[in-house]
Amino acid sequence: MHDLAIRTEDLTKSFGEIRALAGLDLEVARGEIFGLVGPDGAGKTTTMRLLSGLLRPDAGRAEVAGLDVVERTEDVRRLLGYLPQTFAMLHELTVAENIEYFADLYCIPRGQFAQRSDELLSATGLTEFTGRRADALSGGMGQKLALICSLIHRPQVLLLDEPTRGVDPVSRRDLWRIVYGLPAEDVTVLISTPYADEAERCNRLGVLVDGILQTVGTPQDLVARQTSRPIELQATEQRLARNALEKLGGVETVAVVGQALRITVRRDGPGPEEVLKALDGAGVEATEAHWAQPRLADALLAIAERCGKDG
Amino acid sequence: MGDRLIRLRSVAQKELRQMRRNPVLIRTLLLAPLIQLIMFGYAATTDVRNVPVVICDQSRSPQSRALADKVRVSPCFILTGHVQDPRDLKLELDAGRAQLALHIPLEFAKDLRRGRPASVAVYVDGSDSVTASVAMSYMAGLLGHYGAALKLEQLKRAGLRPGGPRVEAVPRVWYNPELRSMNFMIPGVFGLIIFVITMVWTGQSIVRERELGTLEQLLVTPVRPLELMLGKSLPYAVAGLVDAGLIVLLARFWFGVPLRGSVALLFALAAVFILTTLGLGLLVSTVSQTQQQALLATFFLVMPSVLLSGFFFPIENMPWIIQQASYLIPFRYFLEITRGIFLKGLGLRVLWPQVVTLTAFGIALFAAGALAFKRRLQ
Amino acid sequence: MADAPRAAVVVEDLTKRFRDFVAVDHLSFTIAEGEVFGFLGPNGAGKSTTIRMLCGLLLPSEGRAQVAGLDVARETEALRRQIGYMPQLFSLYPDLTSVENLEFYAGLYGLRQPSLGTRIEELVVRLDLEAVRGQLTGTLSTGWRQRVALACAIIHEPPILFLDEPTSGVDPAVRQQFWNLIGDLAAEGTTVLVTTHLMEEAERCARLAMIDRGRLIALDTPQALRDGLQGLLYEIDADPLLPALEALASAPFVMDAALSGATVRVRVAEMGISREAAIRDALAAAQVNVVDIRAGEPSLEDVFISLVGDREEASAR
Repeated sequence: MHDLAIRTEDLTKSFGEIRALAGLDLEVARGEIFGLVGPDGAGKTTTMRLLSGLLRPDAGRAEVAGLDVVERTEDVRRLLGYLPQTFAMLHELTVAENIEYFADLYCIPRGQFAQRSDELLSATGLTEFTGRRADALSGGMGQKLALICSLIHRPQVLLLDEPTRGVDPVSRRDLWRIVYGLPAEDVTVLISTPYADEAERCNRLGVLVDGILQTVGTPQDLVARQTSRPIELQATEQRLARNALEKLGGVETVAVVGQALRITVRRDGPGPEEVLKALDGAGVEATEAHWAQPRLADALLAIAERCGKDG
Repeated sequence: MGDRLIRLRSVAQKELRQMRRNPVLIRTLLLAPLIQLIMFGYAATTDVRNVPVVICDQSRSPQSRALADKVRVSPCFILTGHVQDPRDLKLELDAGRAQLALHIPLEFAKDLRRGRPASVAVYVDGSDSVTASVAMSYMAGLLGHYGAALKLEQLKRAGLRPGGPRVEAVPRVWYNPELRSMNFMIPGVFGLIIFVITMVWTGQSIVRERELGTLEQLLVTPVRPLELMLGKSLPYAVAGLVDAGLIVLLARFWFGVPLRGSVALLFALAAVFILTTLGLGLLVSTVSQTQQQALLATFFLVMPSVLLSGFFFPIENMPWIIQQASYLIPFRYFLEITRGIFLKGLGLRVLWPQVVTLTAFGIALFAAGALAFKRRLQ
Repeated sequence: MADAPRAAVVVEDLTKRFRDFVAVDHLSFTIAEGEVFGFLGPNGAGKSTTIRMLCGLLLPSEGRAQVAGLDVARETEALRRQIGYMPQLFSLYPDLTSVENLEFYAGLYGLRQPSLGTRIEELVVRLDLEAVRGQLTGTLSTGWRQRVALACAIIHEPPILFLDEPTSGVDPAVRQQFWNLIGDLAAEGTTVLVTTHLMEEAERCARLAMIDRGRLIALDTPQALRDGLQGLLYEIDADPLLPALEALASAPFVMDAALSGATVRVRVAEMGISREAAIRDALAAAQVNVVDIRAGEPSLEDVFISLVGDREEASAR
């Protein structure tokens, strides 16, 4: 078998005048959990749709498990599980009937299907709910059912497009527990997420902005590559502080984290003391400024912001 | 301008903007009247012409040939052929090659000569009952004429003068002298188009908001149901009237349907009728959760309306109970109005009962539609 | 309490039943004027139902609620001018442009020219909508759409704002912006009730109500909720990771174990013996190599999970 689960070469796709993906070169190794992160409309969904053969690329090529997606769409689809953002469950059917339906779509013999279905149901904790209609499931449970349906044919590669959107923390954790277990079953996962804490759980990340792959690396790599450093501080008038900090030279990003302000400053930028002094000079009250531990969220925000400014 | 008017205008303007961006809607508004007119004007004709006739002439006499010639030259019939064996007549009817069959027996001429009643057997394919009965009566008339002519000739030959008491009908057909079914159909289509277009699209536009989720947002704003309903339906009412205008032009100048009454009255009453159709559309939208449901509900309203209104079949021929039911169909009154104005050139002096009833229906249905629309969920 | 802020929202024993299903079960809380009040809870806990009742969209089965001093069941008409509502569902007309959507809602609130134009321009600047003002909202990405939807919800400058999962599926940068705006509105005196599934957003609320199966299970500031968490937290770097998680999840003294990034995060009950030693023992028994063990700070997610925990499955309808 192939060592690269996913490989794209110069993959390009436009919709009318909008360039959704511009020359994507991506390699995802077998057994990896690869995260696609980036702002809205960066091309994450387009990438997944191209990989699943739902869209035809304008240029370039894509391979799944060594098979060209355009030339061998049928074979690729057998190897592939795809959970789109809006998964088409059959609302009037029960959980069990939905699973059966998707198993039938992939022509899985009944004997094999029962075992696989039980396995997935117990892993997701849906075993007791097999008789419930899909439209009576909560958001979290619905996503779990969707995940089961996309795994029922034992795909080699699983594409998950923001599977935890609108899902509560408990269900989110359950979903991730399943995803974590997949590489052990020799399933490669390509997952997109808008959340930094989820990106942190991936083996490697690709940051897409405006259809261009900005950088690839482990979450640690991305944090280490950060040229700016984070400072946290408290301000009584958050809005005034925010505005003053945004204008301050050497400050790259300004974010509110809980009740604190978190900024990233360039190497040549101000340190905590200078920030406080500058704020004081602007008539803004602030305290407790200190260097903070760099985090992935800072890095992702900085990349998005830099590209946003370019565009 | 009061807040109410501002809200109303906002809704109407929004709806109009959405209409403009909906290519399907624009196409429907333009094509629907055209297609309906062609369908009902040309295809759904009840005129009986060119009924295929087959004859089995066993008499083979000048009299029987004269009768066959009469059939041949009649505009109602086409003589498609002769058969030798009377049993073959059934075959011709079975195969649909003929709809009517004449069997002129061996003794036809002999009976005529001896002054005895001569019988001709007429077989009709009755599966299409309308055509069959019309063709039957044409044929009976044709045979009657033939008989009378023969008798006259006989009397003349005997040197007698025809005389004695006789009653003759002198028919004068008013309103539709050529008895064109198109003239009857197209004023109906005028009503039907307004009916369907305005009802379907108002219903759909509200259900679409429910499906989209915008309705929930609307419900927390100060807009009142009546404002919302009026605002949403106004653009469709205008569209319906524009379509009506299109039909009038086509009817008059393409199909040559006479428009003898006042155009202004026709449109004023169309506006009243639209009030009922919008009300129905609103009612449909309040009971439907999805656009498909709304479409289905509309269909179930249109079918009985068309059948019971006298659009196709005269109400007088319906059983008593159905006739009573037809009084509940607003379309019925509007049909009487459109046909009255188009063909008879009637004015309010004659049409006022229909106008009063239709107005009452309009106000009641629109109010019911607006009231049924709940401002709370569930 | 002489200068206690006035209450913008008062909820007493609010209950909603759908046939035999109790969606909201005797909920009581008060939101102060100008407060950013967070609503947390599993999917289907009754958050949206509560908001719909507060907006006058649903009639309560029992109990009462006052918003801006108005009874939500009886004074609905007056209530509509006091509130802004952003439903969870897409609430814009996809075939209208951003500005056309704004114009429409402005009209519904009776705004007229020239103040209508001024107000829209103000919002375009404030929410940074210049780039998409003429674009059909159906073609906008989620982040933009939510910003336009928020603009529509505040077009009439409502003193009270209900936002139901406004940032679902929105990317971090836009979420920051969105929450900055919420903060600004609150600073100007607007009361905001907002639901979210993201704990980093919950941290930005002044107070949080946690709802589960229609009941209020906790209500306090984020700080107090974190401080009140039972047990102690540890973060463990281990190799291999998954067996480590399984071993700890099944250990009797562990209240809660989860992966967070590439570390295992456990909450451990208070006990006499050394907890660190107990963790090491459990991992050693599972033949897992411990790289590092360190104490962790409690997060809101820990609080959420400890309160809602595994009961989610049973409670979800």
